[in-house]
Amino acid sequence: MIELLEQKLQAAINPIELIDIQNESHKHSGPAANSHFKLVIVSEQFQGVLPVKRHQMIYEILKEELAGEIHALAIHPYTPAQWAKKQNAPESPNCMGGSA
Amino acid sequence: MSNTIDTIKQQIEQNDVLLYMKGSPNQPMCGFSARTVQAVMECGQRFAFVDILTNQDIRAELPAYANWPTFPQLWIKGELVGGCDIVTELHESGELKTMIEAGTTEKSA
Repeated sequence: MIELLEQKLQAAINPIELIDIQNESHKHSGPAANSHFKLVIVSEQFQGVLPVKRHQMIYEILKEELAGEIHALAIHPYTPAQWAKKQNAPESPNCMGGSA
Repeated sequence: MSNTIDTIKQQIEQNDVLLYMKGSPNQPMCGFSARTVQAVMECGQRFAFVDILTNQDIRAELPAYANWPTFPQLWIKGELVGGCDIVTELHESGELKTMIEAGTTEKSA
């Protein structure tokens, strides 16, 4: 699944300076192995784009996967300048059992 | 247009600060909802919430209406602000408090 997500993002967003996708499904309730992911993505394309629109861009690219197996996708999109200051994305929270 | 969409529109129009979440502020049912509601509560203003686990019609129809596939969703003054990732970052930078205060004071003025 990680490869598929990365391929789709690479095809749609250009240039990508950094992309990191983690499978965090083990942190959550339910048997699904491909349910929870975290994406850190750094691209010039986010320059001047509000956070809500950055997320919507990514949701649109991955809409088939989000309608299917993926239950949650944490997204941390940055411009190269923002990333240079930040250098790491926040940790995702742990599950509290409400995935039903 | 379905009744559910009308309900959603009404909720968004009538509540300056509105959080769609899993569970309630006192008993969130998801780590993402928990973190988001915590950030909103720390801003110290009144806000409305809808538990989508007990409102399955809203859970089913809001994502398409909002162009946002997951929950939680924070809405301020009729605009979608974002989910957990965005709200958390806005809270850490102090912007969330400003946005919520701006959203709630306009009405009482």
